[in-house]
Amino acid sequence: MSQLAAYTTSTGEAFQFWVLGTVAVIGALCTVFMRKAVHSALCLAGTMIVLAVFYLANGAYFLGIVQIVVYTGAIMMLFLFVVMLVGVTAADSLKETIRGQRWLALLCGVGFAVLLLAGIANASLKDFTGIGRANANGNVQGLAALIFTRYVFAFEITGALLITAAVGAMVLTHRERTERARTQRELAEQRVRDGKHLPPLPAPGVYARHNAVDIAGLLPDGTPSELTVSRTLRERGQVRDVSAEALGDLKALEQRAEERLERTAVEPATSQRPEEAAK
Amino acid sequence: MENLIALLIAAPLLGAAVLLVGGRRLDAVGHWIGTLLSTASFVIGAVLFVGLLGRSADDRTLIQHLYTWIPVESFQADVTFRLDQLSMTFVLLITGVGSLIHLYSVGYMEHDERRRRFFGYLNLFLAAMLLLVLADNYLLLYVGWEGVGLASYLLIGFWQHKPSAATAAKKAFLVNRVGDMGLSIAIMLMFTTFGSFAFGPVFGHVGGTSEGRLTAIGLMLLLAACGKSAQVPLQSWLGDAMEGPTPVSALIHAATMVTAGVYLIVRSSAIFNAAPDAQLVVTVVGGVTLLFGAIVGCAKDDIKKALAGSTMSQIGYMVLAAGLGPIGYVFAIMHLVTHGFFKAGLFLGAGSVMHGMNDEVDMRRYGGLRKYMPITFITFGLGYLAIIGFPGLSGFFSKDKIIEAAFAKGGTEGWILGGAALVGAALTAFYMTRVMLMTFFGEERWRTGSGAAADGHDGHGEPHPHESPGIMTIPMMVLAVGSVFAGFFFNLGDRFLHWLEPVTGHSEGHSPVSALTVTGATMVCLVVGVAVAWAQYGRKPVPAAAPRGSLLTRAARRDLLQDDFNHVVLVRGGEHLTRSLVYVDHTLVDGVVNGTAASFGGLSGRLRRLQNGFARSYAVSMFGGAALLVAATLLMRAV
Amino acid sequence: MNPVNYLYLAALLFTIGATGVLIRRNAIVVFMCIELMLNACNLAFVVFSRMHGNLDGQIIAFFTMVVAAAEVVVGLAIIVSLFRSRHSASVDDASLMKL
Repeated sequence: MSQLAAYTTSTGEAFQFWVLGTVAVIGALCTVFMRKAVHSALCLAGTMIVLAVFYLANGAYFLGIVQIVVYTGAIMMLFLFVVMLVGVTAADSLKETIRGQRWLALLCGVGFAVLLLAGIANASLKDFTGIGRANANGNVQGLAALIFTRYVFAFEITGALLITAAVGAMVLTHRERTERARTQRELAEQRVRDGKHLPPLPAPGVYARHNAVDIAGLLPDGTPSELTVSRTLRERGQVRDVSAEALGDLKALEQRAEERLERTAVEPATSQRPEEAAK
Repeated sequence: MENLIALLIAAPLLGAAVLLVGGRRLDAVGHWIGTLLSTASFVIGAVLFVGLLGRSADDRTLIQHLYTWIPVESFQADVTFRLDQLSMTFVLLITGVGSLIHLYSVGYMEHDERRRRFFGYLNLFLAAMLLLVLADNYLLLYVGWEGVGLASYLLIGFWQHKPSAATAAKKAFLVNRVGDMGLSIAIMLMFTTFGSFAFGPVFGHVGGTSEGRLTAIGLMLLLAACGKSAQVPLQSWLGDAMEGPTPVSALIHAATMVTAGVYLIVRSSAIFNAAPDAQLVVTVVGGVTLLFGAIVGCAKDDIKKALAGSTMSQIGYMVLAAGLGPIGYVFAIMHLVTHGFFKAGLFLGAGSVMHGMNDEVDMRRYGGLRKYMPITFITFGLGYLAIIGFPGLSGFFSKDKIIEAAFAKGGTEGWILGGAALVGAALTAFYMTRVMLMTFFGEERWRTGSGAAADGHDGHGEPHPHESPGIMTIPMMVLAVGSVFAGFFFNLGDRFLHWLEPVTGHSEGHSPVSALTVTGATMVCLVVGVAVAWAQYGRKPVPAAAPRGSLLTRAARRDLLQDDFNHVVLVRGGEHLTRSLVYVDHTLVDGVVNGTAASFGGLSGRLRRLQNGFARSYAVSMFGGAALLVAATLLMRAV
Repeated sequence: MNPVNYLYLAALLFTIGATGVLIRRNAIVVFMCIELMLNACNLAFVVFSRMHGNLDGQIIAFFTMVVAAAEVVVGLAIIVSLFRSRHSASVDDASLMKL
């Protein structure tokens, strides 16, 4: 703890900074440039853990722990939760649609970075007190003393803010039902009126081998029927197509039978789909 | 006694309101209501007159304050009436002659289904005219002035189904607007100059005001008078106003409308006395108009238009006299009154002739009517003798005085004005004799076969001239009596002079020629005029179709090209002006406006691309702005 | 090593986050970039705290975290409802004022 009061840091901390600092920057860059949101979130979590380590190194023990527990633990998990909700595999296209946006953004970014760095370099940051004395009675005790004395109003107000945010989130995501939910009977009548899918929708899976929900059932001609897969999976584009596999299996079965019966190969012309013929 | 003054106006105003609001249920009695209320006004006027006579000459001004109309700081407009000798004269003339014309109209308009409305308008006309002459300030006078304009518009265009009547009404109204502008400007000038427009304060402060101001006010008043009294250059409406029913013409020409201008000038005598330049212009206008009207009257074949030219000429005499200052005011008013008698009589006579001739107005289709309508002939003849100034009749006294006063003006102006008045007298004798001869003497040109196109006119075939009913002839007889004796009566012991002198003031001019010489010269002119007319229209038969005539005759038939002048100068000029203004508007104004709009449109079209709705675009600008802020902060620190 | 280097790192991370906000279209990633910016600020506060030898910087960082937590809750709720109505989490899809 005493070395924290020194004007310069220890060699160990310098080493730690240079290694972990690089990791943090790379993590940040990956957050920005990864195509999939899940990857971005994971990279961000890494950066945050590095930052937690830096907090600890700077004598902010409480914040370091909070960073890991609250940020990386809770907030980032919330992010991942939403990412999963929205669609984990939906990759973001990195192709820019607004003309000149990327160049302007990079120009502004570079310019801002240069200015900020120049500003820091320009600032007279010669005094370096160190956190040692402030942390003399313990970091958490020191923070608590401040929070409950000088910053007590701010603290109370943040409490109000949190409650407001919680209520706000509920209000935002809560959907008021404006009409009565339709009963099964009404739904059946609707189906009859529309004249489509009078019976229940077909179940997914092809034969007993594939009964996973993301595998479309096959129609008699071997083509997959999208109707058999749940709408959510359809919209996410997560339908697995096993029709070719089934046809291959069928073909193999026929061939084996022929070999056993010593017959010549017969082209299964009728069972071949047009698309496959094109392939 | 003061309280009776408002009743003078109230009676005909009530008549107008009742008749115009009352609707068809009053059709049967409407004309009698109108006549009764007009006569009531005359009776009230007579009572007041007797009352005034009972007072001393200096105490004959009655003021009735009704209420304050517009009380705003120094802008105090009162509804106050002033009855003095001048107003009294006008009141008696207006209500007296007006009532006679009402009576006459009962017969004349008998077959008109809108007779009730006609009487309503007549009453309105009287009320407006009474308000005009009784007002104690110029603003109230202006109300009456506009009321007269409105009533004349309604009456001239009474037969609105005739396009010519509607046009004439519009023309009269528009030309009068020009004069009205003059009056309103004069009132504004008075308010800025004197801080008031009541007669008392205005005339009281004339002394301390610059002559330029007064001349400006005087000229504006003259413009107003020109509009109402049909003086050059605003004379063009008078001839066309003959499109109205004949009683209307009589009313406009004798008792009401055209006398308003003369009244205005005489009433404003204090202003004109202090502005000699304005007075000179008044005399010039009067002199020009009296010749102008007389020349027009000589050439017209339409009996009413000939009389209209005569009116213009006679009003010219009055304006001339009014312009002469204190030496002429009294004679202007005197001539106005006598003219009111004989011109009303002449018009009513003309109406009577038309009544008997199927509304024919062309004198070339008259002739020899004296046998068929003797009363009309006699009354018209007496009016004729009065107007030409036959010795002993009214016109003789009043006109002779004006001519004398014109000479008394002195200097070159006096000679020119007096000469013009003398020539006018000769011309008057000529055109009136012409009217007389063509109407009542000579062959009976109205008979089918003798006239060129008498047949089938108005679908009536040959007219059957007959005398008008008593209700029409009685007013004519009364007026004839007035025409004969009024002048003599007024002049007896300078009665009229003494009556009006407290209001208008009077001074004898220094005439370079003696009064007897002037009278003699007038007589000579009269005889010459009559003789020439006799030579042309009495000895020889009058051709049914108008001969081509000289250049002057042809011009006079076209009202001395007044309408052509107006058309070329005002209408064409206005058209060119508006066209060029439209061009400027289209190219310059619209160009600037559209150019501005287009440049803003183009600019916003480009700026719009910044507002593309993408949050990230806006974020870039925010970020750029933040970077600039940082840069600015650093720069400030560096400096 | 001078602790100012931490500040350089914080500036760098902040800029990367800001640029990410401008470049990425996925609302969730944009949101993550914002979190990155907040964290960079926190780092700077912690380092300032160390430089000045008092705990106020850490208090500010603490408050920032609380506010960030609240912000994340609301922001993600917005993203979820946006996704629900548009079936997309792209910020560019919400370029019109009406649905």
